[in-house]
Amino acid sequence: MASWKTITRRSFLVLGAAVAGGAAFGAWKIAEVPANPLVPGPDSVPLNPWVIINADGVTVIAPRAEMGQGISTTLAALVAEELDVDWQQVRVLHGPPAQAYFNAGFVDRMSNEPDFIVSQRPKSHNAILAAVPKILSLQMTGGSTGAIGGFVQMRLAGAGAREALKAAAAKRLGVAPDTLKTEGGKVIGEKTFTYAELAAEAADLVPGDVTLRDPSTWRYVGKAMPRLDMVAKSTGTEVFGIDTWLPGMKFATVRMNPRRGGAMKGFDPAPALAMPGVAQVIGLGSGIAVVADNTWTAMQAAEAVKIDWAEADYPADTEAMMTRIEAAFATRPDSRMRDDGDVEAELAKGPVSGAVIEAEYRVPFLAHAAMEPLNATAWLKEDGSLEVWCGCQAPIMTRDACAAALRIDAEKVTLHVPVMGGGFGGRTDPVPAVLAARVAAAMPGTPVKVTWSREEDLTQDYYRPAAIARLSGRIEGGKATALWGRTATPSVTRNALARLVGFAPPGPDRGSVEGGFDQPYGLPNYRYDGHVADLTVQLGFWRSVGNSMNAFFLESFIDEMAHAAGADPLAFRLDLMRDTHAPSAQLLENVREMSGWDGLKRPGYGRGVAFCYSFGTPVAEVLEVQQTDAGIRLTRAWIACDPGLAMDPGIVEAQMTGAMVYGLSAAVHGAITFADQQVVERNFPDYDALRMPTTPAFEVAILQNNGSFGHIGGVGEPGTPPAAPALANALYDLTGIRARELPLNRQFSFAG
Amino acid sequence: MSITLQINGKPHEVDLPGEVPLLWALRDGLGMTGTKFGCGVAACGACTVLVDGEAVRSCQLPIGEVTGAITTIEGLGQPGNLAPIQAAWVRHQVAQCGYCQSGQIMQAAALLAANPEPTDQDIDAAMQGNLCRCGTYPRIRAAIHEAAAMMKAG
Repeated sequence: MASWKTITRRSFLVLGAAVAGGAAFGAWKIAEVPANPLVPGPDSVPLNPWVIINADGVTVIAPRAEMGQGISTTLAALVAEELDVDWQQVRVLHGPPAQAYFNAGFVDRMSNEPDFIVSQRPKSHNAILAAVPKILSLQMTGGSTGAIGGFVQMRLAGAGAREALKAAAAKRLGVAPDTLKTEGGKVIGEKTFTYAELAAEAADLVPGDVTLRDPSTWRYVGKAMPRLDMVAKSTGTEVFGIDTWLPGMKFATVRMNPRRGGAMKGFDPAPALAMPGVAQVIGLGSGIAVVADNTWTAMQAAEAVKIDWAEADYPADTEAMMTRIEAAFATRPDSRMRDDGDVEAELAKGPVSGAVIEAEYRVPFLAHAAMEPLNATAWLKEDGSLEVWCGCQAPIMTRDACAAALRIDAEKVTLHVPVMGGGFGGRTDPVPAVLAARVAAAMPGTPVKVTWSREEDLTQDYYRPAAIARLSGRIEGGKATALWGRTATPSVTRNALARLVGFAPPGPDRGSVEGGFDQPYGLPNYRYDGHVADLTVQLGFWRSVGNSMNAFFLESFIDEMAHAAGADPLAFRLDLMRDTHAPSAQLLENVREMSGWDGLKRPGYGRGVAFCYSFGTPVAEVLEVQQTDAGIRLTRAWIACDPGLAMDPGIVEAQMTGAMVYGLSAAVHGAITFADQQVVERNFPDYDALRMPTTPAFEVAILQNNGSFGHIGGVGEPGTPPAAPALANALYDLTGIRARELPLNRQFSFAG
Repeated sequence: MSITLQINGKPHEVDLPGEVPLLWALRDGLGMTGTKFGCGVAACGACTVLVDGEAVRSCQLPIGEVTGAITTIEGLGQPGNLAPIQAAWVRHQVAQCGYCQSGQIMQAAALLAANPEPTDQDIDAAMQGNLCRCGTYPRIRAAIHEAAAMMKAG
């Protein structure tokens, strides 16, 4: 097992090159090269922050967290590609909190221009380097950036380790390194050495220039690799955070103020303490924790505690919140990130051999509802150090938040990041780790695992905000001539960053309008405005963030425009896209062909198409629905996506399918509502999702036309945004009823 | 007061009150963490185990009421010795986050024991109580069909 218990100050040149991109890398330094956080263990030698050589293979340290998206497998494959190890020799671990594991992929998320424009431009190395200091502490998994950030970095880590091992062998043999070969975890020359034999010597050698291999020679990258976690996840042997097991540990749960952010006026622990097996009730300011000898008893006892809650600072119910959101339309737009042509003049022309249409759409708050409820385990040791186990997307921030909560130095906190039973953006906040740390501080010397009940997980989530959109469009002669979209919603980014880092970022809020302003539709007059609503409900990043709402608004409205124009909805989109972004238009052609889309109406069936370019990857989806005696069924789905480079097509297919299921689940069932300032939906019966009988059959096409200039798109989120509008458009095709509000089960009867 | 449970062919003593659900006796009492907590109200299937071959939501079964032999995911097969259904799961690369898969596999194992050649409709009916938020259902369906074929071929 690799060891990373303390921090050494060795610096590694390979990182400096890692951010530069391109093909050949010189050994040069940026101002501050992060230290290697790994230290040698009894049978393991770290060659750099990402590669540990063990007696029987290699352990790859993944800088991104595994939430199910398969990133650990892809990152390991990138290392293995250059390191010349067999796949069976590869294991993967999550890295400790350290700057070395910053996410270079976030460079791609720092522009306010539409992705489809940025992706057609060569990357500027200077711009990337300038951005590095801003992201150096961003050891963050999110934004569908993992494989993008790792693409160069992980291959360089593998190549650098390989060259160091070759240099060690060359020294032993007294030959030049370039006379040696590597294969199957061995350096081969006139004698053959295993990597393990050479590792200790290689660790002291700094590799010179390395050249990354040509893609035509790849053995692992670009192939569907067997996931490194698959056997463990099929045998119950994977250790999720909730499975953390320590000798002598206690089990706890929390019950926090259901009026979010409100304080606790007082509590009476007596009914809980009277229950057998209950050890302690701990006040946490805005809630309580109960410690017991098993989790179930802790959860029963937490319900028994009598608590006097203070109020929250947001409106009482959903209706009042929607009124607050609607009021934002009367405020000056926060952003106008697209303003092509003169949309007002065009709309003012009115209907001339066509139409001017307007529509308003609404979407609700949504919870993440990952299968593994929130949890964290913490242990305050006698020497004052704290050890924490928490599946989280932002380890440095989480570690620092634990340290701050206990008023100890960050160096005294060791944070382990186990794999997560789903994330979807819902494990960004450090709250579980911080609350567990505070519980542990109340019982020094005893490890304690804190598990959220499903009810706490759902009602204490950080939600995808509700939103309202108003769109206007003009059609003339069967063509779209103008589109003006306006979205009103509270800002996730400002809400979350104010909470997480203490300040809201300046500038227009891209998240409110992404998926609306940035689509490759070549309308001559195209404007998109964001109106940021003043609402303090706890918000968080939900798979595809703003795209999840704006794609529903825009793609539903484009459909309405197509029908108003008397055009086929797929052909109507193609006409708008063909000259703007060819790889996107190609995807519409693909789903047309895959689904046999002919624009004809079949009795009892409906079809809808939708498109969204998000996180660097355009995705087109077609969904088919069927009216049955039991209700409407989602029968078949076709997805075409283009991430530029599909590093692992098996994982890309899984992510596209899963992301569409996630979006469809929300579209059919998902709504978080408030009454008396409290979330009404408490468990899966109130917040259901697609299940085996209600999930359509899928066909996925993965294209790689969007990779000019080295562009690579993300794959974890882009499948979600088109799901809801594809379904709403299919329902219109089936029933003639236009859905302008989610979830759809309020308006349509679906088969169970 | 301790209760003896027959789990994966062996007796296990747990020192917990009889009202504690089997899920928590397995996880917290015995450290057998392969069986997962998802909802606590029998709405997600993550805690599914077999009791005398029947799929049961262990979050709803007090240990004082267990009379049969329990099989958990740990008893079905191990990493070096996969049960056919687990091998099918690996071959189809079913899992994403994997958290629900113990329950999915136990539910599917019960289905295949009762119905060696399930149709798509049989799979829908048997698996509808098992929630997967990653949306792995298409691969689960394919893996169940393949496991059925493997078991038929012996």
